[in-house]
Amino acid sequence: MKISKKSAIMFLTLTALIFGGCKKTEYGIGPVKDEMKLGAIDDNLIAKGKEIFNLKCISCHKFNSRLVGPPLKDVTKRRRPEWIMNQILNPVEMIQQDPVAKELFTQYLIQMTFQDVTHDDARAILEYFRAVDAGKITPAE
Amino acid sequence: MIYKRLTTLMLIFTAVFIFSSCGDKKSSGPNISEDAASRVYVPPGKYDEFYSFVSGGFSGQLAVYGLPSGRLFRVIPVFSVDPEKGWGYTEETKPMLMTTHGFIPWDDSHHSELSMTDGVPDGRWIFINGNNTPRIARIDLKTFRTAEIIEIPNSAGNHSSPFTTENSEYVVAGTRFSIPIKEKDVPISSYTEKFNGTVSFVKVDPKSGNMSVAFQIMSPPFDYDLSHAGKNASHDWFFFSCYNTEQAHTLLEVNASQKDKDFIMAVNWKKAEEYVAQGKAKDYSADYYHNTYSDETHSATSEVLKTVKVLDPKDCPGMIYYIPCPKSPHGCDVDPSGEYIVGGGKLATVIPVFSFTKMLKAIEGKQFDGEIGGIPVIKYEAALHGEVQKPGLGPLHTEFDDKGYAYTSMFVSSEVVKWDIKKLEVVDRAPSYYSVGHIMIPGGDSKKPWGKYLVVMNKITKDRFLPTGPELTQSAQLYDITGDKMKLLLDFPTIGEPHYAQGIIADLVSKNSVKIFKIGENKNPYVTKSPNDVKVERKGNEIHVYMTMIRSHFTPDNIEGIKLGDVVYFHVTNLEQDWDIPHGFAVKGLMNSEMLIMPGETQTIKWEPKEVGVYPFYCTDFCSALHQEMQGYIRVSPANANIQISFSTGK
Repeated sequence: MKISKKSAIMFLTLTALIFGGCKKTEYGIGPVKDEMKLGAIDDNLIAKGKEIFNLKCISCHKFNSRLVGPPLKDVTKRRRPEWIMNQILNPVEMIQQDPVAKELFTQYLIQMTFQDVTHDDARAILEYFRAVDAGKITPAE
Repeated sequence: MIYKRLTTLMLIFTAVFIFSSCGDKKSSGPNISEDAASRVYVPPGKYDEFYSFVSGGFSGQLAVYGLPSGRLFRVIPVFSVDPEKGWGYTEETKPMLMTTHGFIPWDDSHHSELSMTDGVPDGRWIFINGNNTPRIARIDLKTFRTAEIIEIPNSAGNHSSPFTTENSEYVVAGTRFSIPIKEKDVPISSYTEKFNGTVSFVKVDPKSGNMSVAFQIMSPPFDYDLSHAGKNASHDWFFFSCYNTEQAHTLLEVNASQKDKDFIMAVNWKKAEEYVAQGKAKDYSADYYHNTYSDETHSATSEVLKTVKVLDPKDCPGMIYYIPCPKSPHGCDVDPSGEYIVGGGKLATVIPVFSFTKMLKAIEGKQFDGEIGGIPVIKYEAALHGEVQKPGLGPLHTEFDDKGYAYTSMFVSSEVVKWDIKKLEVVDRAPSYYSVGHIMIPGGDSKKPWGKYLVVMNKITKDRFLPTGPELTQSAQLYDITGDKMKLLLDFPTIGEPHYAQGIIADLVSKNSVKIFKIGENKNPYVTKSPNDVKVERKGNEIHVYMTMIRSHFTPDNIEGIKLGDVVYFHVTNLEQDWDIPHGFAVKGLMNSEMLIMPGETQTIKWEPKEVGVYPFYCTDFCSALHQEMQGYIRVSPANANIQISFSTGK
């Protein structure tokens, strides 16, 4: 009895660890903790996202080639939306703790900066990425 | 034998004692607190309890120190150019230092004064006077930058300034030097007939803080030295100390020290407002500059104003009275209740304390000793609450705590004297090292002093610090005033001359501190909000480079097509939106200064290359791991070269 109780606790702990760990890796670290349910691409949000991207992100990111940071084409296919949001909203902690962001840092060697964007701003930027990845829009580069 | 030996031993002991006492002159002082080190120690990463704003005197700037640590956080450039921050060098900041005399790169800043709400510092703005070319500056404590400078017309030596009323309705400006105001070119010997002083009341807009000279009061040719506003019952009044009532215009150290008493001038500013509203003020034509810095356009603009309203006391009965005050008074300080007005007579042997209630009664009962220039002189005893006897030598300036005590600096005897305001009795004294001028208790000239620390600002340091040649650091000293005895905690070096200070509990200021300027809201006419929009434009021989910067590159960073004889303006926008990431900018051969550009800000520097060549430019403020890579080139070709403008990054 005693042993099976112990085993049960260990099993539960391991499960929690595994699931928690999985969740962390997929979502990244930051304010976005819950799964995002994305609907159809919102055209109004694309325009807003493009404007913010051109103001605050374009100094360092292109879509098809490396600039200061990684090329962003197909980022919505490579990463979960929660991860993208957290990388935009919490870049310092992401690069310190998130395994994927840490790996990217070893390639690019430059700390991504926080650009004073709100949650809504980041959501709009994500929509712009989705539109680019869906071929709805092609940024001039 | 034994007796002889004992005598010898005693002699040796005595000699050792005497010699060691002699060598003791550099001790910390007799009243240093035993736990001084822990009292001023702010652990790494922790914040100080108070901000103190200490004027730089002849440096023309305002320094910000934490208390109790005495750590220097920032030098706010005000009346002097500052190459470190580009102040007065960038095109955006140059208009701030414009005056009717032209661009003035240096002035002498004396007295800092925090804005107040209901007689208590509110942490919104701090004002400071330009003494030499009379001006008042307002510094915005959200950004710790000079937001506005207004020139004071009909003034010279703007010394009794910029003290403020209980709700910062006004800041004042009184002339230390009287000058000929109506006719300008007169013999100096016509001083008593042709010269006048003025005291100016500068209105402060309660929302924006913007200043305007509401009215000036023409006054007899005395030297108006310091001032303070009334509080509570005395709210409507302003008190100015004046010396040189002898009206000397030469060798003042002798000729202006003849009389036993000079005056404190009491001005009923509410009455003055009424007279202005009744049309009693005359419009004088007088050019003066009003310079404002906008955090939206990140640039300053100047306007030249043309007239000022002037009141003559002869036309305005009941507006001004003189109270005799011994002797050549400097400080003119009002206690937290607003009832007691303390004169600091530099050459006086007592500290006179006047009663506002008695002053009003004396005015009501017409207890006057004649009048000067239409201004009644109240009988000394009629307004006097009493005198503090034998306080020390050279009483100068008085601040107050929250327990009914006053603290007066004594310049000549180099000490601070603590005394009971009601009983007029000295209860403690503490030496200063050396020659104390002004003193400061946070909120110590307000209705609610934070009576925990006293800062003493010294004129001389002599042997207190490691020597640095003939010019030594000046210093401030921190005393604990929570107990019966003042206890010395700390000496700390200061910039310039620590002339006068204000202090405030840190929370009232720190919570409003701006972290970045929002790039989306940048309205500078030369802003570049995206690397997509960078450009290099030629307008005749002017080249305008619209450039952006972000960790760790400039866009563009390769520029060609500049020709010898061109004047190049670099309009540089910092696209960072992260706290504490300014970037710097310098290009080889820059003849004015570097720029320091805050996140979201645009600044412009003018560059006139003198030779053909390729000039590097780079970031001067260490910004990131790749700061050393943050660089670019600009090519300057001969005047007759056929090279078109081109620019790029990463190609």
